[in-house]
Amino acid sequence: MLTATQAPAKKESYLTDGYGLKSWLLTSDHKRIAILYLISITFFFFIGGLFAAMIRLELATPAGDLLESDTYNKMFTMHGVVMIFFFLIPSIPATLGNFLIPPMIGAKDLAFPKINLLSWYIYVVGGIFTLYVMVTGGLDTGWTFYTPFSTTYSNTKVMAAAVGIFIAGFSSILTGLNFIVTIHRMRAPGLSWFRLPLFVWANYATAMIQILGTPVVAVTIVLVAMERGLHIGIFDPALGGDPVLFQHLFWFYSHPAVYIMILPSMGVISEIISTFTRRRPFGYTFIAFSSVAIAVFGFLVWGHHLFVSSQSVYAGMVFSVLSYIVAIPSAIKVFNWTSTMYKGSVVLSTPMLYAIGFIGLFTIGGLTGLFLACLGMDVHLTDTYFVVAHFHYVMVGGAIMGYLSGLHFWWPKMTGRMYPALWSKVAAVIVFLGFNLTFFPQFILGFLGMPRRYHVYPPEFQVYNVLSSAGASILGLGYLIPFVYLMWSLKYGKPAGPNPWGATGLEWQIPSPPPTENFEVTPVVTGEAYEYHAQEVVEVG
Amino acid sequence: MASHATALRHHFENPDQQQEASSLGMWVFLLTEIMFFGGMFMAYLAYRQAYPESFAAGSAKLNVTLGMANTLVLIGSSLTMALAVRSAAAGKSNKVIVVFLILTLFLGSVFLGIKAKEYHDKWIHHEVPGANFHPDEWPKGVDMSHASLYFGLYFGMTGLHATHMVVGVGLLLFLIIKAGRGAYSPAWHTPVEMVGLYWHFVDIVWIFLFPLLYLIDPNFGRQ
Repeated sequence: MLTATQAPAKKESYLTDGYGLKSWLLTSDHKRIAILYLISITFFFFIGGLFAAMIRLELATPAGDLLESDTYNKMFTMHGVVMIFFFLIPSIPATLGNFLIPPMIGAKDLAFPKINLLSWYIYVVGGIFTLYVMVTGGLDTGWTFYTPFSTTYSNTKVMAAAVGIFIAGFSSILTGLNFIVTIHRMRAPGLSWFRLPLFVWANYATAMIQILGTPVVAVTIVLVAMERGLHIGIFDPALGGDPVLFQHLFWFYSHPAVYIMILPSMGVISEIISTFTRRRPFGYTFIAFSSVAIAVFGFLVWGHHLFVSSQSVYAGMVFSVLSYIVAIPSAIKVFNWTSTMYKGSVVLSTPMLYAIGFIGLFTIGGLTGLFLACLGMDVHLTDTYFVVAHFHYVMVGGAIMGYLSGLHFWWPKMTGRMYPALWSKVAAVIVFLGFNLTFFPQFILGFLGMPRRYHVYPPEFQVYNVLSSAGASILGLGYLIPFVYLMWSLKYGKPAGPNPWGATGLEWQIPSPPPTENFEVTPVVTGEAYEYHAQEVVEVG
Repeated sequence: MASHATALRHHFENPDQQQEASSLGMWVFLLTEIMFFGGMFMAYLAYRQAYPESFAAGSAKLNVTLGMANTLVLIGSSLTMALAVRSAAAGKSNKVIVVFLILTLFLGSVFLGIKAKEYHDKWIHHEVPGANFHPDEWPKGVDMSHASLYFGLYFGMTGLHATHMVVGVGLLLFLIIKAGRGAYSPAWHTPVEMVGLYWHFVDIVWIFLFPLLYLIDPNFGRQ
């Protein structure tokens, strides 16, 4: 598909191009910055996981016997804040996207390498604020910071947490800005928009949300700070303000933010399904445009979080219909992925196992979203465990499965090493089973009426809660196993070679790990990234 | 002598690509700025709609003369900034660029000075939201409790704008030092262009702020 020259075999890789802390902390290489992000988000993932473990432990019994209610409030708040702002939002774009977009489009780096490094430092500063909040008393507003509780009543570290999230937001904006400019201006000769890998399309759509949505939550946080510090009345009914305005502004970002988390995963899945069925993705153009459609419609549905918040019934109906519409591009993706697999020679590698898991779990997450988009149904389900289960099916069953899928797919490219096939497949199955055991019972709990965010519940709900807590421990194990064998593989894994999966994308045409400059000579692209029909069938494990 | 600044960064193919990337990057950044200010404009519109009288009464407390003067000062600074960019593109000597940049810096500082004077007046007249908020000569029959919203948004929006002006002044200082060393040429003057875009953007925000905040009904309550 391309006439690029292979880099000479003895060329230094990005990992050996300079040693020592300074060569990492002052790097402008997108691949090293991706690794810095990978380490940081993994750190926050396990911290967020610890909070989740405390929640599930408390909920194993109906009585509030492990944590006091105040402490429990802090646990679910910190779990949400850490997982959303410091893991899920940066997860795929800042690690896999950062690492892979330049080689996928035949570029040597992102358009603004220093801004890329700056974005990591900004992320770290935001993270330090959040860690400060954790060790000095925590935050109890829920990750949503609803007013007037956050502005007037909460006695926890609201300001410090808000500053941390405000700062981390700029890291997300800079990543998005860098991606948009890079994808527009840095593509190799011959690489037209409709030859781009679908992963690049997905990250492009994500970047659009990052640059348009994040500033709005930033200014919302400024308003909360003004309100909390100066008591102007913006969200205070006593002074004529309206707490619901906060919900509008907050969800104008935070609903699209859901798509910041899921769209990159969808991009990953498109690549992996294609590679392991040895086929061009069915309906390439539809998948590409469905990413953009999700980004656009994602901005028009925030009101479905306000169905019971005094929003007018008319507005509720409009937002309900618009929310249904988002299901169309999502379904286009699911149908196209399954059509790609249909009659393909499917290879059940580890990334593919995660990808197939993604399709199933995302479908459940998406379809239960339709329950919640339905006005009447939502009145019954609002603020119950049904909602919790729904968004965990999308965020964990979708986004994190996609992230793990991509991490396993490109790990050989990033590190040059293979991980143990058997262990990784076992872990994928454990994650899938543990996940379902954790969150499926929560659908039932929510339907039966158990509200979210309470640490005490009636005894008749205990069976489902115990199932959920048991599942959480299995899920936790499922996440620890990959951590162990991926670390192990860095030293003991067998060398992967440039293209262990027999994939056709540009990033697989360069050595693993890639040299600092990615390409010796800028490649000239003559076709799209999925020319499997021209390729011999390659046996892969 | 300026060759160090014109160097092509290693990951670009040619200077055009580098220039186009910077330009697109700046426009995307300005897009994020629009959304950033947009949140506050949204809050303003919502409450102006809800409390038109309080907003008109609050607006009448502003000094339209100073606001108008500041508008003219800023439009003037946009002109000098545009002339700086144009001189750089046309290959005028860096001294000419410096002169225009210093003029822009001067006008920007005048704006901030006038703004500080206005803030000071508000402080003296108890028009700053908080414990001491009780504006003098408040028109009878207009709810004062909602006026805090107007002044809060006034300080929030103009404060955010002024913060951007301060950043702009910093950027201008940087350009003046660089141009003083003869860094810019027709082939490479990207920073001048980018700061120019930023400066015009901040001016345009003011063009929206001025009528929205100052001109609701300047004679309200004085008939």
